[in-house]
Amino acid sequence: MSTTTTSPRRPSPLSSTLTERRLPRWTPLATLLGAIVLAVVVGMVFSIQSKLQWALLAAIFFVLGQYLLARLVEGRRQAKNGLITSLVWVAFMLALLPLFGLLYYTISKGIGVISVDFLTHSMNEISPNQTGGGVYHALIATLEQVALATLFAAPIGILTAVYLVEYGNGRWLAKAVSFFVDVMTGVPSIVAGLFILTFWIMILNMQYTGFAGSLALTILMLPVVVRSTEEMLKLVPNELREASLALGVPKWLTVVRVVLPTAIGGITTGVMLAIARIIGETAPMLMLVFGTDLINTNPFKGPQSSLPLYVYQQYSAGTPASQARAWGGALVLIALVMLLNLVARGIARWKAPKASR
Amino acid sequence: MDIPDTAPPHDVPPTNDSLADAPRRGSSASGGEPSTTSTISGRGVVRIGDRLFSGASRGSGIVLLVIMAAIAVFLTIRSVHAISADQGNFLTTFEWNTQDGAPLVFGIAVLAFGTLVSSLVAMLLAVPVAIGVALFISHYAPRRMAQALGYVVDLLAAVPSIVYGLWGALFLVPHMLGVNAWLNQYFGWTYIFKQEMPGSQPRSLFSVGIILAIMILPIVTAVTREIFLQVPKMHEEAALALGATRWEVIRTSVLPFARSGIISASMLGLGRALGETMAVATVLSPSLILSLHITDPGGSTIAQNIATQFGEALGTGRDALIASGLVLFVITLLVNGGARLIIARRKEYSGANA
Repeated sequence: MSTTTTSPRRPSPLSSTLTERRLPRWTPLATLLGAIVLAVVVGMVFSIQSKLQWALLAAIFFVLGQYLLARLVEGRRQAKNGLITSLVWVAFMLALLPLFGLLYYTISKGIGVISVDFLTHSMNEISPNQTGGGVYHALIATLEQVALATLFAAPIGILTAVYLVEYGNGRWLAKAVSFFVDVMTGVPSIVAGLFILTFWIMILNMQYTGFAGSLALTILMLPVVVRSTEEMLKLVPNELREASLALGVPKWLTVVRVVLPTAIGGITTGVMLAIARIIGETAPMLMLVFGTDLINTNPFKGPQSSLPLYVYQQYSAGTPASQARAWGGALVLIALVMLLNLVARGIARWKAPKASR
Repeated sequence: MDIPDTAPPHDVPPTNDSLADAPRRGSSASGGEPSTTSTISGRGVVRIGDRLFSGASRGSGIVLLVIMAAIAVFLTIRSVHAISADQGNFLTTFEWNTQDGAPLVFGIAVLAFGTLVSSLVAMLLAVPVAIGVALFISHYAPRRMAQALGYVVDLLAAVPSIVYGLWGALFLVPHMLGVNAWLNQYFGWTYIFKQEMPGSQPRSLFSVGIILAIMILPIVTAVTREIFLQVPKMHEEAALALGATRWEVIRTSVLPFARSGIISASMLGLGRALGETMAVATVLSPSLILSLHITDPGGSTIAQNIATQFGEALGTGRDALIASGLVLFVITLLVNGGARLIIARRKEYSGANA
């Protein structure tokens, strides 16, 4: 394809563009190095302090240099192509910088705080100025609240998804549920907290408990579970359902024994990812669980703490010791979320080959 | 889905132990008598299990609708209570006085302004970068690297907002000092970046916008990348065959296909930025000043105001916060509903699946 051998007399326009002059493959690297050197020189000459500005200068020089080179050698269209390529790379770097900066900073600040003591002690009788204390009470409370929320949200969510996929058939109720699931995904966590506050605490006159917090988490978790389960159920091949029904199996048993087991890997993954999403919710906890420094293992009675709430409270206390604890709590939280994510992906991968035919 | 609601009936429903021997049992039960008529006109047989299960699943769907309705109803009831006690105009008042003793005067104006401005800053910063990153993952990066990056973006989307808030308050804010001074010096003429109080702590709406931008970046990227990957390969290859450069392929076949998807991804990000509480509450030093100088400290957002005022508010003060929460609920409802409608409309006329 690269050379046209058919008509040597008259080269076609296509072949002329293919054989146009091109910059060698190492040009971007060279330009990058040049841009960095130039940025360093400019930075030194104008004595710019911030390293961030040096990086930005380098990026600008790189994009401009690439564009001008391509413009001179390869022509306008190729130059524009190159310009966009550089911009996409720059956007990528720009995005990675803060995101990995965040992870790195949290880990480096938090790793020094975490110890066995930190994980196994509460904040009982520890004033903000003192070092010591730990996340044990918050960790226990968060795990209980999330477990309760999962207990409510997973069955309701999965059944709703079953309704949408197996029984909905485009009825108006299914359409309404589907639309409101989407809308519910966007309900801010603080609004969910306010709702539970009005309904559960102000109208039904209940206490501030971990249970109230888990009710708010349920609202936040439901739409995520419904959406992911629905996607998974849609992936189950129709032939399986038809085969089962043709054998005379009732519809509900078909769903319970054929459809759900086929999709169970995906459903589990979805639930785990939903847990990972709600485990870090702070705003509703701020209003509902009241927060305590003591260990309270009963989510139905008395105030509890919560890991994200703990991070916020320690940050707000404002002393170096408490802020160090905040970083420690944040690291524990991130570790939990990452663990849930990895386990979820693991389940997805482990179950995937069986589902594919 | 074209599965009949009623399966052919049996006298003995198959039990749980094995599905394989179901037909044998069915045929033996029907015996010698002609079973054809009963299978055709056998609509009357309704199993308890079927009825229970479909009832339970339909019931769950209804529970979900009831929750949504209950959120709207209960918040509205308390809000009406609060607004009727409000001495000022709820929509235009700047103050937020809900302490006992003093006359109740509160309004949503400054809060709504702060919410919109910070979210707008976040959108302006995050969406172009997110599109760039999504393009990078879907079209520019080497394939193996792209898959790993996809995972990383998903992981980052799961980092809790309180961690972003902590990082924003303790790392980003000190580093914004120089940026703000620079913006003030060279872009002060735009009014927006002018600082009334140069050198003040940059706990401003602009810093909030930046931390929100970083927060919504992964989610916008993830959704946009999904859309980019759905672009029919045929379209791209057709463009390539006509001699298009990579950028021309993207401009002529990828972006037109993905336009509505990009819009809805941005609106999902916007919805998240509007409702974000903790990252704002940690970064901002709130004040009820309405100012377009976004690098000056101050301003307030609805969600942040609820979180910071909640501890002190009692009685009608709480109702006032609930009223502001209702406003936030309605705003996010409109934004998210709009985004979903755009996606739904796109599904209908994108018949291209190659």
